[in-house]
Amino acid sequence: MKQQYVYGLAASLAIAGLSMFAYKWQVLGFPVSENQETPVWTIESSIRFDSGRGSIKVNLLIPTLTPGFRMLNENSVSRGYGFNLNYGTGGREAQWAIRRADGPQTIYYRISVYEDVNSEQSDTTPPFPPPPVIDEPFRTAVEVIVADVKEHSADTASFTSELLRRMNDSSPGPNIELLLGDADSYAKFVNRVTTILAAARIPARIVRGFELQGRQRNAELLAWLEVHDGDRWRYFNPQTGEEDLPDRYFVWWRGNEPLIEVQGGSNVQISFAVQENHLDAVAIAKSQAAQLGSTAVDFSLYSLPIQTQAVYGVLLMIPIGALVMVLMRNFVGIDAFGTFMPVLIALAFRETRLLWGVVLFSILVALGLSIRFLLERLRLLLVPRLSAVLIVVVMLMLIISLMSHKLGMETGLSVALFPMVIIAMTIERMSVVWEERGATDAMRAGLGSLVIAIAAYTFMGLSWLEHLVFTFPELLLVVLALVLLAGRYTGYRLLELRRFRELGGD
Amino acid sequence: MFATAKSLHAAGVLGLNERNCEFIMRLNPRRFYPRVDDKALTKQLALAAGMAVPELYGIIDNQREVRRFAAIVADRESFVVKPAQGSGGDGILVVTGRSRRKRDAYRLSSGVLISEAEIEHHISNIVSGQYSLSGNPDKALIEYCVQFDPVFAEVSYQGVPDIRVIVYRGYPAMAMVRLPTRASDGKANLHQGAVGAGVDMSLGETLTGVLNNHLVDEHPDTGALIAGLRIPQWDFILRSSARGYEVTGLGYLGVDMVIDSQLGPLILEMNARPGLNIQIANRTGLARRIARIDELYDPDIKPAGRARIARREFPVARQTSIKFDAD
Repeated sequence: MKQQYVYGLAASLAIAGLSMFAYKWQVLGFPVSENQETPVWTIESSIRFDSGRGSIKVNLLIPTLTPGFRMLNENSVSRGYGFNLNYGTGGREAQWAIRRADGPQTIYYRISVYEDVNSEQSDTTPPFPPPPVIDEPFRTAVEVIVADVKEHSADTASFTSELLRRMNDSSPGPNIELLLGDADSYAKFVNRVTTILAAARIPARIVRGFELQGRQRNAELLAWLEVHDGDRWRYFNPQTGEEDLPDRYFVWWRGNEPLIEVQGGSNVQISFAVQENHLDAVAIAKSQAAQLGSTAVDFSLYSLPIQTQAVYGVLLMIPIGALVMVLMRNFVGIDAFGTFMPVLIALAFRETRLLWGVVLFSILVALGLSIRFLLERLRLLLVPRLSAVLIVVVMLMLIISLMSHKLGMETGLSVALFPMVIIAMTIERMSVVWEERGATDAMRAGLGSLVIAIAAYTFMGLSWLEHLVFTFPELLLVVLALVLLAGRYTGYRLLELRRFRELGGD
Repeated sequence: MFATAKSLHAAGVLGLNERNCEFIMRLNPRRFYPRVDDKALTKQLALAAGMAVPELYGIIDNQREVRRFAAIVADRESFVVKPAQGSGGDGILVVTGRSRRKRDAYRLSSGVLISEAEIEHHISNIVSGQYSLSGNPDKALIEYCVQFDPVFAEVSYQGVPDIRVIVYRGYPAMAMVRLPTRASDGKANLHQGAVGAGVDMSLGETLTGVLNNHLVDEHPDTGALIAGLRIPQWDFILRSSARGYEVTGLGYLGVDMVIDSQLGPLILEMNARPGLNIQIANRTGLARRIARIDELYDPDIKPAGRARIARREFPVARQTSIKFDAD
């Protein structure tokens, strides 16, 4: 009955901790490993034009659906202009307007994005396009091409590939030559392709975007072909007919609408610059949580002042140390002084590093013990004696620090932060055990404490674990669940197997 | 590793975790702990129940009273000083006599002479809580020093041999005799190096001894055979320990008794967390006996009846019949 209760409690704690962890990790994108940096691209479009006399209105198509990327932030820099974001037929539109302006004008629009494979791949299924209205003789040419390509293809994808292959052929047939006669630009070429696809009742559209890589001062827009196969949008290279998408292809806009329209201005020029940065993954996760309206970040440790964060970085590892302690005592069965003394010793090791910590700890305890035995002869009462040991320990630490400084070993100095009360308590406990149960027991418990402290230190020092617990403190619920389960462990301890081994025979 | 655990489980060996989780926490309500942790209270309760305990000469419960020590023992030749809340025999001073020339020099069981001032320092350590389980201020008991029955004289090195009986829900489940050695400094504590000898529950006869988890036939200091000693008044011992359940209310209890040559078996102390070494001494797991007691459990049976059931149910298979692999 109690058993089930503990299991239930542990399970619900673990589930709560893990689901919170999963949400922060998968949805908000908090990084599970340390120093994880995500590349962030900032694309800046600068629009230059000469102002006319009257009012000026600038419309710029900006990214709406960006498969493979997620927006971190966007902003516009324009002096004196009113700024608006609208949804038009071609997707989102940035709109600037001003009553009067003089001379050459420059407007910037900047968007920062980062890669996210989970970002929405595409928008809704489009209707079948109406048959295009084409004049003769083009109409016959289109019909012939469609019929011909259909013969040599099986489905939408292969139709598109075959069509593109033919249209890119260095010696195309007369019908294609006729259609491409006035397609002097790449955009027009892609436009013709969508027309033929529309004649075959295949939804297709031109997409334009950038291949993001490093820093580009003058990024070229790259036109690509999007074809809907009734199920999803597929991407085709208009120049080869192959179905693929360039790496890190960032879609700026879709369709045939012009990228930019300027009313009341002339000499319009637009250029794009790309800049790659590396941002801490935590920062991105924070911004994403803010966009999703999640409160997870408000309650994350990252919202605390840096110094407090550092303290919690250490404090949050204590439960890990306690878990190690539970494992070592209840599952392995190692003797130690006090319940949490080894964890405190492990904390002390953080200041000194392990090797020095063990050496210093052993030296201090050994010296302290001998002095404790000297004090024993004076027959002092318990509390004054403990205080005397504490004072001696402080002085011993002082001497060790001074000596190691003279010898040029700086590590000795860090002993100053070594929690002396822990050492004094260890000395007292050890001396009592020593007197009462003999040196063997005292040494065994002393060594046991040291072994557990080293194990706890090792686990508490794992920087990935520290990062994990710090970023996802809810994982402590899982630690708590494990400790609760361990609390109902009634099996043998590892060392008991040895202790009772003679009883197992019969 | 798992095979070992399996075979131990099959043999009914009780582990510390199981003892703590299943028996101590379930059967020993925390509020009853003072009844056994405070030896002054234990003595009082046992006396009220008409059980035999060593006579109490005096209690010293604060530093000012430490001076009273000499007066308390003024007309005693031998006595024992012990912390009321000590554990594992820590802090116990056994004085067996006085120096012939100086009355304020005391002879310890080890033969060493110590001065009155040294004993007073020891008492003030006890009072300040050095030996108490919690580290809180404690009381020092000064009581009758048991003149132990010669039955174990051959197999003890100084100190007082005692008998530990594990009582489960009022039924004696297992017993052992703890024999002090030179290594244990006269203390009857197995992990300090005393010899533990299992006891045949039906006959009250010692089995082979165990020293530091190893089987021994002879006492390491005296060389006498350990096995085959008949414990006097065995039935009385079982009945007294069974009654410990009514006295303390603890369902998993260790009762420590000594046999005085004049007064017979006396209850020294009781323990709410008796150790598991008794299994090694008896070379039998406790779990099976506990399971058997659970089957037989009847709340209406009197202590004498429970002692009788223990004698009937737990005879020990002869040692010789058990195969033993000496490491």
